[in-house]
Amino acid sequence: MRKLACEHFQIRRTPTPTKRSEGGGERGWSIIFHSQNLHFEYVRYNESEENTLALSDVNIHINQGEFVAILGHNGSGKSTLARHLNALLAPTSGTLWVQGMDTEDPNNTWPIRQMAGMVFQNPDNQLVATIVEEDVAFGPENLGVPSAEIRQRVDNALQTVRMSEYAQSSPHQLSGGQKQRIAIAGILAMGPDCIVLDEPTAMLDPSGRQEVMDTILQLNNEKHITVILITHFMEEAVKAKRVIVMDKGAVVMDGIPREIFKQVDKMKDLGLDVPSATGLANVLRKRGIPIQEDVLTDEEFIQSILNHVKEYHDSKN
Amino acid sequence: MARIVIGQYYPAPSVIHRLDARVKLVGTMFFIVTLFIAGTWAGYGVAALALAGVIYLSKVPPMFMFRGLRAMLFILIFTASLNLFLTPGEVVLVEFFFIRVTLEGVSHAGQIALRLIILIVGSTVMTLTTTPIQLTDAIETLLNPFKKLRIPVHEIAMMMTIALRFIPTLMEEVDKIMKAQMARGADFDTGGLIKRAKSLIPLLIPLFVSAFRRADELAQAMDARCYRGDVNRTKMKIMRFAPRDFLASGILIIYGAILIFIGRMG
Repeated sequence: MRKLACEHFQIRRTPTPTKRSEGGGERGWSIIFHSQNLHFEYVRYNESEENTLALSDVNIHINQGEFVAILGHNGSGKSTLARHLNALLAPTSGTLWVQGMDTEDPNNTWPIRQMAGMVFQNPDNQLVATIVEEDVAFGPENLGVPSAEIRQRVDNALQTVRMSEYAQSSPHQLSGGQKQRIAIAGILAMGPDCIVLDEPTAMLDPSGRQEVMDTILQLNNEKHITVILITHFMEEAVKAKRVIVMDKGAVVMDGIPREIFKQVDKMKDLGLDVPSATGLANVLRKRGIPIQEDVLTDEEFIQSILNHVKEYHDSKN
Repeated sequence: MARIVIGQYYPAPSVIHRLDARVKLVGTMFFIVTLFIAGTWAGYGVAALALAGVIYLSKVPPMFMFRGLRAMLFILIFTASLNLFLTPGEVVLVEFFFIRVTLEGVSHAGQIALRLIILIVGSTVMTLTTTPIQLTDAIETLLNPFKKLRIPVHEIAMMMTIALRFIPTLMEEVDKIMKAQMARGADFDTGGLIKRAKSLIPLLIPLFVSAFRRADELAQAMDARCYRGDVNRTKMKIMRFAPRDFLASGILIIYGAILIFIGRMG
């Protein structure tokens, strides 16, 4: 059945850059990323040392339109996986298909990178041009899009990330959150089906983080762009529809956020945090206060405390 | 932190600003060449008048134009005085030991000084009215024919763009590193030349390390955005000649003809 899906994509794999703008269509069931026994080793140039295994036996399936958060402590292989998703790295063994295109085939490299855009951690080190709109135009210029269409794409992308008024600014005049939104606009202008974000908020202040998260959510909800978000912030992971937890290069947990974060002890063992509300609820439960175990947000926590207090009062009266 | 200005672009809504950067670049070179053709006071007068007209049209305060002169003041005085004292001539104005100032000398020195001033102010007008990125684009398109000679024109222009993009970033970084080192007792401002040069080492090493790291990350980000050099690449902004650019070119040619004519007359 998996194989079938792939074969189907082999047929329609010629990417059409304008596909995104036409919107909707038959989406939802289609697989965008599919990996089989993916292994990757970083080669040491120092012969005495052994190669580092960064990914071991990763089998993932990500559907079009999903919002997936990837968690894992440093060195768990999440960034390595992200770099495989747009063919910046090729697997040592095993295979990764992006919309049916094998990432190992050099002919697929450019279509894959067009389709799966990547936003990096440091906002300063991914902007190329001295003017915002020129930077957003960089991707489509590389793809050979006609000039008039680039103009249109740049304007649309800047509007989507609400940065139109800064089109003529210079990147160094912008805040971190604004720079990241420009980086996202630069990817959007390439007409991707998916955006992979590698810790995009790690170097931002809280308001910048909020700006970027709002933009990401908007892209997923309104433009139906598949989002893969690598993050250290559990409050961000909660907003995803699916969470994948990695450890030592392998996928160890995969599910909806509520199911994943409920396993507080297991997460702690993996060196990961849970959202503060979930953690607090867990501690209170251990002390004998019967709060539901799958609270994720502060709101839910407050609600469940209120319910408890109310029950307590009712039982007294 | 103060805003860092790259180059010396002065934004203003003027005709000169809107001119095609290629016209301005070639025009400036042409203007400089004509200065060497015009060897008479009349010639320099026309050139100065033309330049004054351009300055007026550019709507940039003239004060900015002459800032560039300050750095060149020494060379200006040096060349002028050499000409003043060393030009042989008939009419001697002052004679004092071995110093001889002739009328020809005064005239020559004045012309040389005027030529240099016009030259410097002329090129300053261009940099004041053209953004660095426009200049880079102009250089890239003007050098396009050299691609046939396998000169990597696109790559050179890309390097210039990236350099311009990272100047403010690296300057901020220098500022940060300096403050960090000063907080730990580093001293950048006292001592002799050698001591000061040495004190820059703890500034330059972290700067270089971080520049290499940035370069690596930027290369990866460019890769991820499908950059593969000058292969099948298009541009968002195509440089196209507007009527005003043809007009400006025409005016330049007429100006050149007038100067040559005056040169012949003198």
